[in-house]
Amino acid sequence: MIHLSHVSKSYKTSTRPALDDVTVHVEKGEFAFLIGPSGSGKSTVLRLLLREEAPTGGRIEVAGRDLGRLRRSKVPQHRRRLGCVFQDFRLLTNKTVEQNVGFALEVIGRPRGAIRTIVPEVLELVGLEGKARRLPHELSGGEQQRVAIARAFVNRPLLLLADEPTGNLDPDTSADIMLLLERINRTGTTVLMATHDNTIVDSMRRRVIELQLGRVVRDEARGVYGVGR
Amino acid sequence: MRAGFVFSEVLTGLRRNVTMTIAMILTTAISLGLLGFGLIVAKLTDETRTLYGDKVQVQVYLTVDQSRSDPDCTGAVCQGLLEDLRGNPDVASVSYESQEAAYQRYLRTFASQPEMIAIVRKEALSATFRVSLVDPQRFRVISQDFTGKPGVLSVDDQSEVLDKVFSLLNSVRNVAITIALIQAFAAVLLISNMVQVAALSRRTETSIMRLVGASRWRTQLPFMIEAVFAGLVGVALAILGLVVAKLTFVDKIFGSIISTGLLPPIDGTYLVFASYWLIPIGIVLSGAAAYATLRAYVRL
Repeated sequence: MIHLSHVSKSYKTSTRPALDDVTVHVEKGEFAFLIGPSGSGKSTVLRLLLREEAPTGGRIEVAGRDLGRLRRSKVPQHRRRLGCVFQDFRLLTNKTVEQNVGFALEVIGRPRGAIRTIVPEVLELVGLEGKARRLPHELSGGEQQRVAIARAFVNRPLLLLADEPTGNLDPDTSADIMLLLERINRTGTTVLMATHDNTIVDSMRRRVIELQLGRVVRDEARGVYGVGR
Repeated sequence: MRAGFVFSEVLTGLRRNVTMTIAMILTTAISLGLLGFGLIVAKLTDETRTLYGDKVQVQVYLTVDQSRSDPDCTGAVCQGLLEDLRGNPDVASVSYESQEAAYQRYLRTFASQPEMIAIVRKEALSATFRVSLVDPQRFRVISQDFTGKPGVLSVDDQSEVLDKVFSLLNSVRNVAITIALIQAFAAVLLISNMVQVAALSRRTETSIMRLVGASRWRTQLPFMIEAVFAGLVGVALAILGLVVAKLTFVDKIFGSIISTGLLPPIDGTYLVFASYWLIPIGIVLSGAAAYATLRAYVRL
């Protein structure tokens, strides 16, 4: 699903590369954590996968598509196969829960009838049935993140990218969100999650890819966050 | 993509950005109103030129001696001039006005002003050839050919006066269009600014659109519609302004001049002509400014 081969990324503003010769392969249906301290390159990996930026060197392939050869006009189609969740939820405050989720379908031109059918299904999947007409400020942090996950998943992506999705949540709510991400993973969606949350990583015992100073220093199939961190 | 969904986004955007939108509409209205005024003056100049073109005559005045000695234009000098004029390819028609006829016309013209009649003697007036030209602008050729010929006192032409009228009209038009261009530049900057503010205030929406794979065109469309909508409202105000100016100002001030036939009538066709240009200019101006701004400054 994800193939990074000798990928490097340098920014003009920094002397040290953000990513330095990174080679990682994530297979279809996997659940993988991307861990490492701030500035280790986790977010850079996610931005490269989303094709928000291009690597300085190396090759990136996502769902069989070579991103280096992807024309600018084809980038939106690439992103339709991905879902994205962030620490700060990024919900539209003036839209209701169902409008927020439907927005992702509206803007890619899905017909209204399909949206009316799909949105309630996804809201049920994330446990928000009955809250479709609420506005984001009427929801708890955990519920808001569920809306964001519903929006990321509503287009049935092949790959879900999550950037610190539990960073703003208390441990119990975080555990609920992880259960939801696991459920999504069980539908066949590959999940790559960047996190600092050692409790979650340790309890899930999933694949762990650790970055430090832009390099992969550890890649374990059933890893923990790490001793002494 | 549903039109209703895009339209609701556009309305939300305009509402959020209302002060900037109003500023942009007013600036666009003023600049396009001035441009419309310039277009109308340009059309007026053309039509005035056509109106006068048929009426312009060159007048070849004969010397007083010639006028007195050969009142019926039967002598060799007068006949020679007449034949030269008739043979000239630039001349459409020639008529002869004798000293007596010139005096009678003078008496008719100033019938109500006895003091004007008192100061003129018949013998002081010249007999005249009134010459209509094929192309009134060829006046100078006739003037060069006939000035100084035996029996000719002078060659006179009304087009010199008309040139002054036209140059005045041209200056008014040029000033209006220059101010319109400066205003249009300001309008373009305001449109650009409005689009930047709109994009900034909706960056969460646009970043989500980008992430979920909305095309660039789809993401830009609401901003462009907003700009074009504001531009069209500006055009409508500009045309309304021109209509009001015609009804309250032009018709009252120039009405008497138009009724004497000195200016062609300024009717509804002038407003249709101005609108015909202002509507596409308004749409293209606002749409292009918005598009260029989105490409250059806004990451979508």
